Amino acid sequence: MIPYNFDYYRPDTIDEAVQIFKQLDCQNKNPLYYGGGSEIISMARVHNIHTRAVIDLKAIPENNVLEFQGDKLVIGSSVTLSRISESKLYPLLGKSSGRIADHTMQCKITLGGNIGGTIIYRESVLPLLLSDSDVVIAGGNKIKQVSIHEVFNERLLLSKGEFIVQFIIGKEYATLPFVHVKKTKNEKIDYPLISIAAIKKDNSIRFASSGVCPFPFRSSQVEECLNAKDDPLEVRAANAIKSLPSPILNDLSGTSSYRKFVLMNTLISTLETLEGCRNA
Amino acid sequence: MLKIEGKSIIELDINGEKKDVAVFPSDILLYVIREHFGLTGAKPSCENGDCGACTVLVDGWPVKSCLMLAVEAIGHKITTVEGLNNAPIQKAFIENWGFQCGYCTSGFLMVCHSLAKLHPDADEYVIEEWLQSNICRCTGYEEIRNAIKSVLSSMSK
Repeated sequence: MIPYNFDYYRPDTIDEAVQIFKQLDCQNKNPLYYGGGSEIISMARVHNIHTRAVIDLKAIPENNVLEFQGDKLVIGSSVTLSRISESKLYPLLGKSSGRIADHTMQCKITLGGNIGGTIIYRESVLPLLLSDSDVVIAGGNKIKQVSIHEVFNERLLLSKGEFIVQFIIGKEYATLPFVHVKKTKNEKIDYPLISIAAIKKDNSIRFASSGVCPFPFRSSQVEECLNAKDDPLEVRAANAIKSLPSPILNDLSGTSSYRKFVLMNTLISTLETLEGCRNA
Repeated sequence: MLKIEGKSIIELDINGEKKDVAVFPSDILLYVIREHFGLTGAKPSCENGDCGACTVLVDGWPVKSCLMLAVEAIGHKITTVEGLNNAPIQKAFIENWGFQCGYCTSGFLMVCHSLAKLHPDADEYVIEEWLQSNICRCTGYEEIRNAIKSVLSSMSK
């Protein structure tokens, strides 16, 4: 039970969503855009967030697109993780989405909600970082399309009143060789001990990770180490770990030294797979 | 735009019947189903999306009703265990001893029923993936798996 009340709005258009947000904000109702809603409900239940109005984005047609349009794959922010997995349109994203929470929750969690949530892992962003996706954002004076690298750095960086409408991914990324590995402490369904995604494009490896650092990341320094093909695999993996953007997480799911050990082995097997030394 | 401000009467489609109910927008679907409609098959348990005891179907897909607002369900078809009406999976649970204390059973039935409808050709991997959404404290997992496998197997004949 949520221990306080709020009002509920379900706009049918992007413009309606933007306008109602402005209106409710002027009324000091601290409106929240509502996707799948699982995180908002969970946090509201324990008084970790407080709002007097939620704006459910799931009835906006543009937010529900899931299809190839020309040479682009367009995925609306309200598309659920299970729809993405079932569609098989972007296998790496499907695999990554298919390991977030459990299957029933994947029928509720939306792509936009997972990436915009407060839980640190946000694993569905990894394939979008690797594919240099674009993000369509509404909420300002006009709808804008920007690179995901401009609006995602450790977390989603949107201005007040903005929301993600769609993610746009180059069609070629849907067929590139990839590796996705999620390792948990114990149970299959859990937050990640480490979660990694990698692709091979133009003979070069791209790498992104969640669970290793306190935020998901893709790092050019790490990729540079992984692509130093004159070095032995172990050296490349070790140098990549030295180049991580922050100290390795050290918590109840795993000590930093254990995570480092698991990451080292995972990196080596990822390199072996993508460079053809062994099958995926 | 749909606006629900304060306590309001909304229409929900539950088990094929359209019913009016007065709710606050922050009311959780699980409680509206149980307290207002008296459909107590969906069980409250963890109330945090972990256990699956409260699973219902929304437009045929399994959803944990403890993590859904009742107002979110406006315009969608909700199915609870009371709406299964002797579905094959219910008989299969009985024949395969798919329950012990029974508290998790309705949630498992809903997941299994949805799986059989949406993926009648599901393989072992898919079955495991779907069943991992629910927890059985009596650990009757093997029997539950046998129940869904028997339904899928009879559908393929």
